[in-house]
Amino acid sequence: MPKRNDIKSILIIGAGPIVIGQACEFDYSGAQACKALREEGYKVILVNSNPATIMTDPEMADVTYIEPISWQVVEKIIARERPDAILPTMGGQTALNCALDLSRHGVLEKYQVELIGASEDAIDKAEDRGRFKEAMAKIGLSCPLSFICHTLEESLEAQAKVGYPTLIRPSFTMGGSGGGIAYNREEFLAICERGFEASPTNELLIEQSVLGWKEYEMEVVRDRADNCIIICSIENFDPMGVHTGDSITVAPAQTLTDKEYQIMRNASIAVLREIGVDTGGSNVQFAINPDNGEMIVIEMNPRVSRSSALASKATGFPIAKIAAKLAVGYTLDELKNDITGGATPASFEPSIDYVVTKIPRFTFEKFPLADDRLTTQMKSVGEVMAMGRSLQESLQKALRGLETGLSGFDEQTTSEETIRHELGTPGPDRILYVADAFRIGLSRDDVFAISKIDPWFLAQIEDLVGEEQALRGRRIEDLAHGEMFRLKRKGFSDRRLALLLDTDQAGVRAKRWALDIRPVYKRVDTCAAEFATNTAYMYSTYEEECESRPTNNKKIMVLGGGPNRIGQGIEFDYCCVHAALALRESGFETIMVNCNPETVSTDYDTSDRLYFEPLTLEDVLEVCHVEKPFGVIVQYGGQTPLKLARALEAAGVPIIGTSPDMIDAAEDRERFQKLLQELALKQPPNRTARTPADAMRLAEEIGYPLVVRPSYVLGGRAMEIVHEPADLERYMREAVKVSNDSPVLLDRFLNDAIEVDVDCVSDGVNVVIGGIMQHIEQAGVHSGDSACSLPPYSLFPAVQDEIRRQTIAMARALNVVGLMNVQFAIQGDTIYVLEVNPRASRTVPFVSKVTSAPLAKIAARAMAGISLVEQGFTAEVIPPYYAVKEAVFPFIKFPGVDTILGPEMKSTGEVMGVGNSFAEAFVKSQLAAGDKLPRTGKVFMSVRAGDKNGCVEVARELQRLGFGVCATRGTAKVLSDAGLIVQVVNKVAEGRPHIVDLIKNGEIALVINTVDEKRQAIQDSHSIRRSALQARIPQSTTLAGAQALCVGLQLDDFGIYSLQELHARIKR
Amino acid sequence: MSTVPAILALADGTVFKGTAIGAVGHTVGEVVFNTAMTGYQEILTDPSYTKQIVTLTYPHIGNVGANSEDTESGAVFASGLIIRDLPLLHSNFRAEASLSDYLKANHTVAIADIDTRRLTRILREGGAQAGCIMAGEIDEARAIELARGFGSMAGQDLAQVVSCDAPYKWTTREWRLGEGYTEQGEARYHVVAYDFGVKHNILRMLAERGCRLTVVPAKTPAAEVLALNPHGVFLSNGPGDPEPCDYAITAIRDILATRTPVFGICLGHQLLGLAAGGKTSKMKFGHHGANHPVQDLDSGRVMITSQNHGFQVDETSLPANVRVTHRSLFDGTVQGIALTDRPAFSFQGHPEASPGPNDVAYLFDRFTAAMDAQD
Repeated sequence: MPKRNDIKSILIIGAGPIVIGQACEFDYSGAQACKALREEGYKVILVNSNPATIMTDPEMADVTYIEPISWQVVEKIIARERPDAILPTMGGQTALNCALDLSRHGVLEKYQVELIGASEDAIDKAEDRGRFKEAMAKIGLSCPLSFICHTLEESLEAQAKVGYPTLIRPSFTMGGSGGGIAYNREEFLAICERGFEASPTNELLIEQSVLGWKEYEMEVVRDRADNCIIICSIENFDPMGVHTGDSITVAPAQTLTDKEYQIMRNASIAVLREIGVDTGGSNVQFAINPDNGEMIVIEMNPRVSRSSALASKATGFPIAKIAAKLAVGYTLDELKNDITGGATPASFEPSIDYVVTKIPRFTFEKFPLADDRLTTQMKSVGEVMAMGRSLQESLQKALRGLETGLSGFDEQTTSEETIRHELGTPGPDRILYVADAFRIGLSRDDVFAISKIDPWFLAQIEDLVGEEQALRGRRIEDLAHGEMFRLKRKGFSDRRLALLLDTDQAGVRAKRWALDIRPVYKRVDTCAAEFATNTAYMYSTYEEECESRPTNNKKIMVLGGGPNRIGQGIEFDYCCVHAALALRESGFETIMVNCNPETVSTDYDTSDRLYFEPLTLEDVLEVCHVEKPFGVIVQYGGQTPLKLARALEAAGVPIIGTSPDMIDAAEDRERFQKLLQELALKQPPNRTARTPADAMRLAEEIGYPLVVRPSYVLGGRAMEIVHEPADLERYMREAVKVSNDSPVLLDRFLNDAIEVDVDCVSDGVNVVIGGIMQHIEQAGVHSGDSACSLPPYSLFPAVQDEIRRQTIAMARALNVVGLMNVQFAIQGDTIYVLEVNPRASRTVPFVSKVTSAPLAKIAARAMAGISLVEQGFTAEVIPPYYAVKEAVFPFIKFPGVDTILGPEMKSTGEVMGVGNSFAEAFVKSQLAAGDKLPRTGKVFMSVRAGDKNGCVEVARELQRLGFGVCATRGTAKVLSDAGLIVQVVNKVAEGRPHIVDLIKNGEIALVINTVDEKRQAIQDSHSIRRSALQARIPQSTTLAGAQALCVGLQLDDFGIYSLQELHARIKR
Repeated sequence: MSTVPAILALADGTVFKGTAIGAVGHTVGEVVFNTAMTGYQEILTDPSYTKQIVTLTYPHIGNVGANSEDTESGAVFASGLIIRDLPLLHSNFRAEASLSDYLKANHTVAIADIDTRRLTRILREGGAQAGCIMAGEIDEARAIELARGFGSMAGQDLAQVVSCDAPYKWTTREWRLGEGYTEQGEARYHVVAYDFGVKHNILRMLAERGCRLTVVPAKTPAAEVLALNPHGVFLSNGPGDPEPCDYAITAIRDILATRTPVFGICLGHQLLGLAAGGKTSKMKFGHHGANHPVQDLDSGRVMITSQNHGFQVDETSLPANVRVTHRSLFDGTVQGIALTDRPAFSFQGHPEASPGPNDVAYLFDRFTAAMDAQD
């Protein structure tokens, strides 16, 4: 059946900001869908609030809306664009829920828009726990015993029937949000309460636990002729009980016989048919009783998912692209398998001849109060994937690709008590404790009994530990070829071997090279070598034959960013992709090295060649050895590749762009200070301390409050504002390990300063400003967590000009070739330079979307030697409209964690709002971030001493808009002294009813709560912010944010603007 | 841990060095690769692998050990096994022995720890070729010589070698989780199955569908078969070249003349093609896997099928009364035929799966329907 001609235009709904449970895999799928549908001649209209995505590049769709993803906004887009169809299966749960809302509110019917890819009924049947269970029963498949509940009473009755431990799963949520496992009544009540809040339909599934059963996933694709294929089977290393997004998973399934596998295959296809997924990809999850093979269906997702992104990367079969084409009517046999150059059709099942391991990446260190035990609610923020010709190899590659400093199975503890606890109550590092368990002599049976991890996996780790123990006390010189080769085949990194043999990485590498033991590269070809492929998608392994076949072309290699984590996310992948695209267009052969399966950069057709490898010195050097690139770009992938720059350069790898020495000059406080002095630029008073005593003395020199942080960090890790010596003392004791090699930086904190971000690009001769962004939150809030406006909304032109002058001076002084980001703080009339990063910054995609100048592409070409003049990019673009970037936070996933913003970055993603005024742009950014702005009601205010003056204006404005105001005693006094009517509310410590009671009772519409960056003050007000978050009441924790909110609340309505029409308004 | 060395020598002189994981000694055969990721025990016990050494492209083979249920015949028929890695431990609730012990018990020579992807690429580029696995005492030159002495599968009639010696009855039905194999109750049809190296799962699937089975040796004349008054005749899979099996071709012609429904699989399909007047030929490296797309030309539907054959029916050679019903979407070769003037049809791949997907199981129903139509 050929493609449909009755539809001409298709609206694709994106996934919005990166949040836990929904990361950049939906940029990958959405970008593929855009490409696939335009290739077929359809007009593609796109909506996605996330500017850091490749899919929102203006050339990806015909019409691109970076607008909030709510049914109301999407209705406006539909009314304006009148698409024939909506494809809701590419944007995760966000897009599916939006599509269901559009349907429920009659929008689809009103505008005669058809849902393609998944029908409303299919989505509902898969997501509605009750209907799903019924459907499974109908096709003879078992589900765990479970009951749908809408009240707590019903839940308790159900619990009595299923017993403890009990699983609680809210309907229609993503990543298991709000759910959990309860082992007792207290936990059960707590989880039910938050589950009801999380479910948009106030519905819970109270389910029998199958903890300890083996967990599997099948990725299935179906076309409208009912042809069904399995793309990939996945077996979880972590048995049932840990959310699959938080589980280590392996492809293909390892411990099923063919008979058992076929039962699962047939069942997954039956599930798709029964749910009614007519076309596209779905994922079905199963649990299997390890004792007798009994199989039950856990759930299915009627859309592309994180697992399908993983399956696509694991097999080379582009599920999203194919699913998009199936949605417009093609059948699988009409589509080609690209990876074999079209020699075979897409209607087959990939066969793989390697082992794929995915390990999730967590960032609990950012949220010290969060419970780091893994259950049914997803908590990881990213993942790494690795391939090898054995499980051991792929597992150890994945561990070192995690970017957590691991060299392999690094030792955690020798305490049996800790080990037993970690095995039985899994946290983020359980796999490492498995190795520790073997080190202290626990048996495989012991480890299995506690963890229920399949003995097949345990044996592999036990063997690795055995190999390690046999190496202890020996010397690298004693390793002969055979032994070294065997160890490398098992995936041991040079660094791990160095640790075991008490030498350094360079020593192991030298010995290995002397023995002529180098990795070979095998191709990912979907067919286990049955057909020839020219697609250069490769992974390293230690085998006999290398298939890399490098060319003699002029090549540029881009090093990616590794797994997503807070502080390093999709923005860097966006830059890497742009570098590859730009340089490919400019005639270079491009090579990508990365290990994050969620990304567009690891799509095999983004670059000419893709090496799916960990970003460690060893792995990158080996790729360089094979490819011999003309230049390597390290400044686009964030801290991960930057960290390698000096070592790569020392090993003779040609780094292009700003030199590693100049990068260091900007990062090294003392060198940087010297440079600023030469340029006569100001910095907040600062010092570098190398001992705790040093720190105390130097602090007195510059005065409190101080911003303190370790050097060389991204995302403000372990950064704090300290107000007094006692705080500093505690910080030096608890938060950092200070030493000569890793000093601690002390900066004078600037009160009430405005922070400004500037991105610029330079070719070494000319410097062009990309954009000046004014932060909304005051200095002190991490720039990644702060909202910002482009162009600035309240900076005088003279100040902006001075910022430009200073930026250009610094770019010149650092000989920047490529991108540079500067953060300034403006206090009164004084401009201070906070930091300079001569590399891609988090704001590059935002600036590029707003100004229409693709900064990352321009800078990549500049690095490759094409001047800005040659590129025609010689002047800053100042848009005739406003755009606001707002950060999105994962607080709701971490019960108990404070929502207050500070110098340590906590956001996982970002959204953008655009408008003709700052107010319009700001309001839209808040809506896009998920806040519902109140129109009426009562505002609660409690502000710190420094904000007492400013809060009067805010309160006055709110009253004028018709809001009532209540406040804590101190704030209330200031307001009533200023002549405002205000109700006094108790602080939590002042007795009941207090503010939290009011919030819980739904009496508060908006919370404005600012506190001094002092521990006690923060702790005292924590419950206010937390309860507001739980009740989904919008809150501002900065006065500047509140002021912006007031401006925004004056707006009655807002418009929608496509990126293409905005860009057309820019005067060149 | 003491390991026994082993080598694989190919007729082209390539030598791979690895570790023995089965019996000590040497074995010779045509080396073929199979891309199925599950079902190694079914593959080893499939009589169609007679005189073939099979390499499995998935690197970990042996994960689920071996058991007494997942067999397709009474013995290991593959001449040898070549894998990348034998796991340290098998893990499955049905496992009874490790793969290594199973291979030793069946006197199967096998090698691990070689670059099986490189081997697969050699076979893909140069076509299937003979090879020799030598385990224990190694003599490279001799291994190459042995490989070269093997010759070609073309012209080899192996069906009669592996066939049963005397007719027997079959009553076991399909495997079910938790029940294993059970015996059939009442049977509606009597089917005579020619054993050219039959896989048990074919018999199980026929029994499941109400067929009372009499399995007969390859060389049983048509008259003897017809004397049993069968409702239908089944032509099994099997090893080797179909062309020299003139006894079978003659018998099939005689049976077709009686309008008895005939169903053939794999070698049986090729023999039906030959009996109908077509020709067969040897393929470069054949089809061996569990992921091959085959299109049913009548419905347009695509099925994922299990495949294991080195010979094919040539489409251009088929007379007017033979219709192509199925086609491989990998290379366009004939995957199924039906006679337009007789109730006879056949399939090149393996509708009985084992290992592989069950997408084509409907052909067994088509066979019973054909027998129903005769009543």
